[in-house]
Amino acid sequence: MQYRIALAGNPNSGKTTLFNMLTGSNQYVGNWPGVTVEKKEGVLKGHPDVIIQDLPGIYSLSPYSPEELVSRRYLVNDHPDAVLNIVDGTNIERNLYLTTQLMDLGHPIVLAVNMIDLVRKNGDTIDLEKLGKALGCQCVELSALKGEGYQEAAEKAVELAKNHTHGERPHVFNGSVEHALAHIEESIEGKVDANYLRWYAIKLFERDERVREEVNLDSEVMDHLEKHITDCEREMDDDAESIIADQRYTYIEQVIRKAVKKKAAKNALTTSDKIDRIVTNRILAIPIFVCVMFLMYAIAMGSFPFSIGTIATDWANDVLFGQWIPGLFDWILTSLGVSGWLYGLVMDGIVAGVGAVLGFVPQILVLSLLLSILEDVGYMSRVAFIMDRILRKFGLSGKSIIPMVVATGCGVPGILASRTIEQERDRKITVMTTGFIPCGAKMPIVGLFAGAVFGNSPLVATSAFFIGVAAVVVSGVILKKFKSLAGKPAPFVMEMPAYHLPSLRNVARATGQRGWDFVHRATTVVLLSSIVLWFLQSYGIVDGVFQAVEDNNISLLADIGKAIAWIFYPLGWMGDMAWKATVATFTGLIAKEQVVMTFGTLYHYAGELSESGNEIWGLIAQDFGPVRAYSFMIFNLLCAPCFAAIGAIKREMHDGKWTAATIAYMCLFAYAVSMIVFQLAGLFTGEATFGIFTILALVLLAGLIYLTVRKNKYADTQVKVGV
Amino acid sequence: MKTLKDAKIGQTVVVAKVWGEGAVRRRIMDMGITKNVEVFVRKVAPLGDPIEVNVRGYELSLRKADAEMIEVYE
Repeated sequence: MQYRIALAGNPNSGKTTLFNMLTGSNQYVGNWPGVTVEKKEGVLKGHPDVIIQDLPGIYSLSPYSPEELVSRRYLVNDHPDAVLNIVDGTNIERNLYLTTQLMDLGHPIVLAVNMIDLVRKNGDTIDLEKLGKALGCQCVELSALKGEGYQEAAEKAVELAKNHTHGERPHVFNGSVEHALAHIEESIEGKVDANYLRWYAIKLFERDERVREEVNLDSEVMDHLEKHITDCEREMDDDAESIIADQRYTYIEQVIRKAVKKKAAKNALTTSDKIDRIVTNRILAIPIFVCVMFLMYAIAMGSFPFSIGTIATDWANDVLFGQWIPGLFDWILTSLGVSGWLYGLVMDGIVAGVGAVLGFVPQILVLSLLLSILEDVGYMSRVAFIMDRILRKFGLSGKSIIPMVVATGCGVPGILASRTIEQERDRKITVMTTGFIPCGAKMPIVGLFAGAVFGNSPLVATSAFFIGVAAVVVSGVILKKFKSLAGKPAPFVMEMPAYHLPSLRNVARATGQRGWDFVHRATTVVLLSSIVLWFLQSYGIVDGVFQAVEDNNISLLADIGKAIAWIFYPLGWMGDMAWKATVATFTGLIAKEQVVMTFGTLYHYAGELSESGNEIWGLIAQDFGPVRAYSFMIFNLLCAPCFAAIGAIKREMHDGKWTAATIAYMCLFAYAVSMIVFQLAGLFTGEATFGIFTILALVLLAGLIYLTVRKNKYADTQVKVGV
Repeated sequence: MKTLKDAKIGQTVVVAKVWGEGAVRRRIMDMGITKNVEVFVRKVAPLGDPIEVNVRGYELSLRKADAEMIEVYE
């Protein structure tokens, strides 16, 4: 027989650490059905017949967030054999609120009081016996961070699960509420799962929409219930939802008075408060935030002696994937004596394509490591606190700033960093806009045109950065007015957890997970697309015969480029440069650096091209006027990101439709902006002439302005949780 | 009606009632801001919003728009 123990607790209660300790590496990570909430389960160490089901970190079992909904659905529908409820001993009052709700469900519960070492250090005491007696459950203490007491907690839970020992349910509510609850229980008996009769009664008392729908009582019974609820409300002079919440907390206050002794005065400053006096200080907060971001950026992506991310990635790109791996494959393929096309496929297609992406793994690991540390320490919620005011205007959350900053280095970890944003809507808009930020790989494109057409003016790079930021801001404003992303700004009622030392185990695990995600994608999406592009580049039809071609100009890719280049005609890509620009844009999907390299081959430059391609500046300048060059640059900065980033978008959206919508939005936005710039600015330089496209560009500009300034008709609709 | 939004930094106020409706209101109550609880206003964010308060022994931040729904007295 298999037993299931649900692990429940508040965010920041140490639940993840405990879960990792209980299950070790024996974990399975998936998704709760229908929502983008991570689902983790694992086999309890030493008990192959016991599965630990990790529930999302929640404050309550109310019906509003997807996390709360999946948790309560699991608890009610999947009948776990026991619940292991972890609470933060240093913050026990609010943590017990969830406990009182878990108790309504009537599962056997073990209450694990975590961070007991900190409780003692503060000079406080928690009397577990009194606590257990008052709450009617077994209590254990533990320090998940120090690895103390967790076996005992697990053993207790296993014992309860196997014997199904229920505690005595405490009397949380007062007489008139209990009276109403008794009437409700009586009316719904036989219509709901008998094990959860009391839970259903309480939810119906609270007028919980979802439970009402689920139970589906006839109107006569509903009227009867409503009468008892309103009677009670009149008596208590409050609404049902408040009555329940108030009484839960009143009950907890009583329990705490009995079982917990605090040493410090009520408003004494804790260490965390002292740190926050500086970190979230009115004047220092933003400079400190800028420094933290800069340091993170510098360590992972900068070019300083301490930039370990860059050093490792350079090594991976130049040595590992530049010499060793190609050398190895070269040796294997040559000694096998494979045919030329297979050699080309493996070396130029797979090794070069996948290697180009895998070379970024070290940088991504370093970034993930730093992000995980910031998250684990508790700094992320401070960031949200500091930056919320600005970002909320653009439909983003305070935490969106981190993905944006990281994306200036590489969009992939940037998009992955959006995972720390709890609100689904904010997260989606962040994922949809992060790709606009000019990443490191887009810089060579900027360098090429700045050098070839604009006399190396630094204004070009600066403007590229501002276009990226403006695209994020404008898109945020546009997107938040669409129905599927609209609604009131999500409630920003956020706990600022006490700072604590990062758990090495958690940080290592989170870093490994992100790194592995990236590698996994590089070996699937990127592998496939590299093969396809290699094929299109290396074969062509010459004199009606399909054959391998050395010259890119006569390859299938060039044919496709020529066939579809007209699409970009309104952007000013015309004449002979049109198909070259089209092909370069497509190869940019593998990695944006490819754009410059492609121009190199298309303009027949035989030697090794430097990063910004100054060898072909003269040729580029002949083909590209300034406005045309700028239009090309804008389109490539804003259109669909590289395959690796598209993969990251898919990973965070968990949904093909949203991924497609993101890519489509980015391409359309890029197209519109490039066209507006070319058609309108081109009039002044003579590159464009007044015509149908000028009018179209004006219409597009008006449309863009309309989308930005239009009234948000869904502003007041409550954000619906789609489960 | 005095609300938490009007309370000064460093002030301790007592909650009289949580107004509003739906998810935000429930969330505020779930986080421990219920009738008769003492709330200490710790600080305001550098850009003037949100605010940080201490309630039931922990730190909570909430936007002024949400704090406006919380009726308090001194």
